Amino acid sequence: MADISKDQVKHVANLARLAVTDEEVEMFTKQLGDIINYAELLNELDTENVEPTTHVLDLKNVMRKDEPKEWIKKEDALKNAPDQKDGQFRVPSILE
Amino acid sequence: MTNFETVIGLEVHVELKTASKIFSPAPNAFGSEPNANVNPIDLGYPGVLPVLNEEAVNYAMKASMAINCDIATNTKFDRKNYFYPDNPKAYQISQFDQPIGENGWIEIEVNGEKKKIGITRLHLEEDAGKLTHGDDGYSLVDYNRQGTPLVEIVSEPDIRTPEEAYAYLEKLKNIIQYTGVSDCKMEEGSLRCDANISIRPVGQEEFGTKTELKNLNSFSFVQKGLEFEEKRQREVLLNGGEILQETRRYDEQKKETILMRVKEGSDDYRYFPEPDLVPLYIDEAWKERIRAEIPELPDARRERYVKDLDLPTYDAAVLTSTKEMSDFFEETIAAGADTKQASNWLMGEVSAYMNKQQVEIQDLKMTPSSLAKMIQLIEDGTISSKMAKKVFAELVENGGDPEKIVKDKGLVQISDEGQLRDIITGILDENEQSIIDYKNGKDKALGFLVGQTMKATKGQANPPMVNKIILEEMEKR
Repeated sequence: MADISKDQVKHVANLARLAVTDEEVEMFTKQLGDIINYAELLNELDTENVEPTTHVLDLKNVMRKDEPKEWIKKEDALKNAPDQKDGQFRVPSILE
Repeated sequence: MTNFETVIGLEVHVELKTASKIFSPAPNAFGSEPNANVNPIDLGYPGVLPVLNEEAVNYAMKASMAINCDIATNTKFDRKNYFYPDNPKAYQISQFDQPIGENGWIEIEVNGEKKKIGITRLHLEEDAGKLTHGDDGYSLVDYNRQGTPLVEIVSEPDIRTPEEAYAYLEKLKNIIQYTGVSDCKMEEGSLRCDANISIRPVGQEEFGTKTELKNLNSFSFVQKGLEFEEKRQREVLLNGGEILQETRRYDEQKKETILMRVKEGSDDYRYFPEPDLVPLYIDEAWKERIRAEIPELPDARRERYVKDLDLPTYDAAVLTSTKEMSDFFEETIAAGADTKQASNWLMGEVSAYMNKQQVEIQDLKMTPSSLAKMIQLIEDGTISSKMAKKVFAELVENGGDPEKIVKDKGLVQISDEGQLRDIITGILDENEQSIIDYKNGKDKALGFLVGQTMKATKGQANPPMVNKIILEEMEKR
């Protein structure tokens, strides 16, 4: 049983920029714990001689040629911008 | 007083100059209008899928091989999650535990001492957009750079002085430029560097707490920033203080490093394998194909210039400083120019012109074969080296055929002995006092006579010949 703690839930919520109430932390701690415990069923399998996979599809080396293509115009790129100025996206300053 | 040892590690980002971006077919170009080279993939629209650019992988492999890395056979991409408006997806596609290249090294030379600096890894990733911060509480974002193929090259903490850091960067840039995968222009951001530095008492095995220097705009600022930081850390420790793990930037005006932020805990990027891209398998045939494309690298060329071409070490170093210069040199001698003469012209007049005009050798109108021809004209006595400077000025500015320039400018040197002897006899007849002066030991008088001859021939007389004939003729009188 690999339970997760409330602090872990708060930490992950913070990383994902989600505001969670105390009740939600309570709820998610239980729910996420249940999910992880369920996934741990996999530990019952013997994977000693199985190569780890990183992708569900049995494909490799899917690539394209290095050829530039016109797709959308600059104006289209900015169409959904919430705010723009001088042909650029305008966002609230977030200084690192 | 405690002696400290400095430990430096460098992270260098190099943009690859593919024609299109790494995961989208948008053009990869510097200097376009903002947001002209973007498409829905770069902008992170829902439902779009990245497709890997094969050439970006080839370039990353080429760069890895040039810095002596082992190339991964099985590799993949990972998501690095972070929120910042320079990347609309809120994650950067990068490589976490299976970089393309690992365990490399390059050799540097500082004060005549050679040293190998280890390279931990080279991984392939996408660059982010460019933010311009205004003072009105807003920032402007240009996503042209978003998705530009980028390699991050991480050194081992093998660097011990700021001077070594400088040498490492110069060498790395030199090698990468030779491979042709990047132009490595710091001023255009196609090469960027972050530096980690810590100090520890001599003899201590474990590293001290490191600080990270960011926003370093030139190699010399890297060196100066590290020099300042080395001193600052020493003073803090000697005064009983503690080094905090922080990010600092180098202020070029104040010539000091300034705190940007203190790092609390380690960054938590929640890397996981990128589900939108399938794994890469690089077989031996692919590796060999790329290896065969790597040109002779600067160290090998430098050695060959000294050994096979008998050039001084200094010449060899200057000529191999860029691949373009080195290629130009080789084409010049292939076109028949004397090796040392070609070297002298390239290191002298040609470099001076390039510096003055702020141009690169590949932008010159002069071709290697025209430089070779001009050198031959000097060698066979057609023009004097003084005349050659006039020919060169025309050649470098407007190009053309040196022989034609010589004719058009009437620069042909008079090397006909009979013709010169006639002129000189006339001059001696008119300047008997000078002959007496010379015979009385006034060497200056010879210079005067040479000057008169040059004047009479509008500077076209072959100077060594003039000297010789005047002396012979005076001897007769």
